[in-house]
Amino acid sequence: MNIKKIKNTANWIVLCCSTLTVCLFLSIILWDIFSKGFSSLSWNFISSFPRNGMTKGGILPAIIGTVLLTFITTLFAVPFGVACAIYLNEYAKPSLLTNIIRASIRNLAGIPSIIYGLFGLALFVQALHFGTSILSAGLTLGLLSLPYIITTTEEALKRVPNSLREATLALGVTQVETIKDVVLPKALPGILTGVILTLSRAAGETAPILFTGVAFYINGVSASANQEFMALPYHLYMLSTQHNAIEQVRPLAYGTATVLILLVFLLNIIAFYVRFKNRTQEL
Amino acid sequence: MNTKSRERIDRLFKFIFKGTGLITIALLAGIFIMLFSNSILFFFKVSPIDFFTGSQWDPETKYSIIPLLVSTSFVAFGSMLIAVPLGILTAAYLSELAPKKLQMFLKPIIEMLAAIPSVAIGFLGIVLVGPGLAQVFGIQNGLNALNGSILLAIMALPTIVTISEDAINAVPKSHREASLALGANKWETLFKVTIPAAFPGLIAAVLLGLGRALGETMTVLMATGNAAAIPKGFLDSVRTITATIAIEMGEVPYQTTHYFALFAIAAILFLISLIINFIGEYFSNRLRKFHS
Repeated sequence: MNIKKIKNTANWIVLCCSTLTVCLFLSIILWDIFSKGFSSLSWNFISSFPRNGMTKGGILPAIIGTVLLTFITTLFAVPFGVACAIYLNEYAKPSLLTNIIRASIRNLAGIPSIIYGLFGLALFVQALHFGTSILSAGLTLGLLSLPYIITTTEEALKRVPNSLREATLALGVTQVETIKDVVLPKALPGILTGVILTLSRAAGETAPILFTGVAFYINGVSASANQEFMALPYHLYMLSTQHNAIEQVRPLAYGTATVLILLVFLLNIIAFYVRFKNRTQEL
Repeated sequence: MNTKSRERIDRLFKFIFKGTGLITIALLAGIFIMLFSNSILFFFKVSPIDFFTGSQWDPETKYSIIPLLVSTSFVAFGSMLIAVPLGILTAAYLSELAPKKLQMFLKPIIEMLAAIPSVAIGFLGIVLVGPGLAQVFGIQNGLNALNGSILLAIMALPTIVTISEDAINAVPKSHREASLALGANKWETLFKVTIPAAFPGLIAAVLLGLGRALGETMTVLMATGNAAAIPKGFLDSVRTITATIAIEMGEVPYQTTHYFALFAIAAILFLISLIINFIGEYFSNRLRKFHS
């Protein structure tokens, strides 16, 4: 009896400890980065250009680059992703074609991001002659985001009760009008949650933009879509590995990491809020 | 608007929606064709035998995937050694033991872990894990396979925990009740009934985590030291397939042997992740059938 008791306690400890370890990982990551990063955060840091070969100044062009890049990704991936999800959930009947589409989407989600980078290089930069530019990089990230947007949008569409669709169809409204006026508005919060979460992933990606347009330094911010750009994740990568005065720029690297993580968390919190508000309204 | 034009718009949109569905197939096919057409051009210049049996990756002269493949496997399997037990035990704790409130609190936290960009995790490998390993093992720098494994384990954990938890939750209550009614205690039920019943789902979780670890670029690029040689142990520097592509693609001249070589190793990586996805899907389908 006693041995059993000891065994049970041991089991309990093992399970608790593993959970604690996982939480510990997260706290160590956040503690290390935030504790050292917040000291280099200032208004000047996020609102000025890098100076003296990146050893001084701020990260404004990298922030602008990441925001514009995410914007291009959204413009491209959201309409395509939502349209594809509408097809799968509202139109497609179980058939070989539907199965192939679903299998492609699942496999696209599993392809390493660096391969998307190669594909973007071959398709947008070289074949379509967009050059290494923010447009090429944004479209590449758009392709990467597509499977996630399709999957989350389809989940949101599935939660819209069928009775709503049947009611409007019975009134003589066409299917597209039903989707536009009834299904999409009802599914909007769910779609939005998925889109924001996907974008937070895209904003943090580095590998797909490496060869498609990101630059270590650009002189001034350009609003043109066919120019190279700076981005937060790439800036952090360069500051922490490629700079010739790595120790000197370490505080800037910590600051960049803090801004990047805060940006991603902000998007996540917005997504959670949208989901939460939607859940409480449904009840 | 009259009925006829409304119906025409309806048909038009149906056509557009279907087109976007077909685009996903075209995208997968496009990636496939791009990788394999470039690989074929590579194999015209370098024999597949050298590619698969050599032991050196030395651009301009020797192109063998073996050191890169061994590096990739070292880092990925090392990360699974850490992440699988931790992930499954955490999932078991969350779904079977944790009070509801703690569960509500921990789940978003673990999802937060998934949101941290890979480049930030890699940065941590340089500033925190690397120096730590160097101190513990008394080596010059901590940028090696072990560092990469630890970081990839952190990145794979959220995937493994979330999917394992779903798998454990999906085990019907009747299984547990039957076990408890036969006199088994909570632990015997968990380890001998619930976890075995959730096993296909757990395998799917591990494979998805493994897929994520294999395909990760920035973390391993920053934290593993980038030595393109066959590693002898976990304290050696390694260079994975993904890191090699990331480093060399930016500098390689267009359409040279080296350029094609990078597509060839990408094609191998693509095939590996495809196979892992297929096996993972097989197991999650089995779980679905088992429960329905």
